[in-house]
Amino acid sequence: MASKSSKILAGLVVLAGVGAATAWALTKPSPRPDADWANLGTPDLVKGEQVIWAGGCVSCHAATGATGEAVKVLSGGRALPSPFGTFHIPNISSDPHAGIGSWTLAQFGNAMTRGVGPEGEHLYPSFPYGSYARMTPADVNNLFGYIKTLPASSNVAPPHELGFPFNIRLAVGGWKLLYFNDKPRVQLANADDKVKRGQYLVEGPGHCGECHTPRDALGGLKTNLWLAGGPNPEGKGSIPNITPGGKVKDWSEADMVNYFQTGFTPDFDSVGGQMAEVQQNLAHLPQADLEAISAYLKAVPAR
Amino acid sequence: MNFKTIAMATTVLCLGFSAVTAQETPQAKREQMMKQIGGSVGALGAIAKGDKPYDAATVEKSLTTISTNIKAFPDQFPEGSEGNSEAAPAIWQNNADFRAKAAKLGNDADTLLASLPADQAAVQKAVQTLGADCSSCHQTYRMKK
Ligand code: HEC
Ligand code: HEC
Ligand code: HEC
Repeated sequence: MASKSSKILAGLVVLAGVGAATAWALTKPSPRPDADWANLGTPDLVKGEQVIWAGGCVSCHAATGATGEAVKVLSGGRALPSPFGTFHIPNISSDPHAGIGSWTLAQFGNAMTRGVGPEGEHLYPSFPYGSYARMTPADVNNLFGYIKTLPASSNVAPPHELGFPFNIRLAVGGWKLLYFNDKPRVQLANADDKVKRGQYLVEGPGHCGECHTPRDALGGLKTNLWLAGGPNPEGKGSIPNITPGGKVKDWSEADMVNYFQTGFTPDFDSVGGQMAEVQQNLAHLPQADLEAISAYLKAVPAR
Repeated sequence: MNFKTIAMATTVLCLGFSAVTAQETPQAKREQMMKQIGGSVGALGAIAKGDKPYDAATVEKSLTTISTNIKAFPDQFPEGSEGNSEAAPAIWQNNADFRAKAAKLGNDADTLLASLPADQAAVQKAVQTLGADCSSCHQTYRMKK
């Protein structure tokens, strides 16, 4: 861990050396043009609910230990440990003061797809906007509309406990400069509509690569090893390779869909680890979307 | 005479058996228990999906295996047996909760045994109930190698 954080520090020092003015120009928060969020119309709440399950928001933003319908109260409060310190997940319920009930669509959209908070500040990438950046404005609009229909909570999460320099939001600008983009993670020649839908779900809202792709010393995804798995940052064990180079090459599309719906692998092992909550979320998606995810996982390069 | 030989043979057999199990590591033993649980859910799953016709004997046997194995399972984690397995450190740090999760599956299996699922639809429901118990334990206490 020590060597990891010192490397990160070194990286930031280099960035600082570029010259304060240039560094600011390169690393300042960059919201999307307001036009992107205009004229999106009335949100489709059915689609909005699907986006929330695909995006797994409840796994982080629901209260600790919430199950069943209670996960829809996005009160925040869970602690998210990381090599940089402990994040305390914020309240994103419809409460106008403690939550995001009084935010505009542009504020919400810029948080989701640019990692820019309502005051124009950088958000930390432990909120996986590095993936959500690929979401369409229409889906962001549907999601925002749906979240506003969910219960309000007045819970206020404690501030993050991060060491220097991670406690400085400006430092996130350097990370974004190195790693943030909204381009496809893999180029797939001849992808049909089903595979394209799967690509959107996996690379965008599903943020599957945030766990299934190994990271370098600065916390950026090693995109040349897209979905290849690796050691589990939570400690013991590993995160499986879900490209056709992994064990799942022997799973049929139906096996994969069944895993997402029921949690059972083809040899009747049962889902575990951090995937257990992901699976519970995915089980809410329409079958066609789960088939699309499976088709995409069959189409990505084997690693 | 004959009787004595048989008795002798049984003793020898028992000795032989315990000698073998004594050599088995706790890791191998508990993985075997889980494999059998997986196999039993597989048999129920085949009926649930309609791949196999409903068969009361299979349902009863599978539920019995799950119940028996999961009750013995939490005792297969002596100190120092974490290595070379998928057992999470939390099993030792939070043993009471780990045991409670095993007991939940044991109880659910026993409840199903008491009024055996009588058709494909009932087996489907049973598999759902059991499946939630499996993943709620694997979520915290099993880490894929
Ligand atoms: C892996 C955990 C995780 C997931 C999944 C996640 N978030 Fe977050 N989210 C966070 C963290 C951590 C923060 C705090 C970031 C910061 O303080 O810079 C955050 C911040 C936010 C914010 C900004 C809140 C504020 O007050 O500044 C919004 C809005 C948000 N998340 C919405 C969502 C939505 C919608 C989803 C699902 C599509 C989602 N999040 C999924 C961890 C997560
Ligand atoms: C929070 C981290 C995390 C996220 C996000 C995540 N996964 Fe996983 N995934 C895991 C872990 C950990 C496992 C191992 C599960 C276990 O221990 O049973 C896993 C297992 C799997 C498996 C089974 C592989 C095998 O060999 O058994 C598949 C398939 C899978 N994930 C697909 C996905 C897809 C598709 C997404 C995005 C929609 C996704 N995962 C998002 C952590 C994650
Ligand atoms: C009380 C906790 C608990 C419950 C409940 C539980 N498991 Fe497990 N399971 C484990 C642990 C721990 C391991 C890893 C054991 C090891 O590697 O030492 C495991 C491993 C497994 C394995 C892999 C065995 C191997 O090594 O080949 C399978 C298959 C499995 N479980 C299936 C199931 C199924 C199916 C259910 C539900 C009917 C279930 N488990 C319920 C804790 C549990």
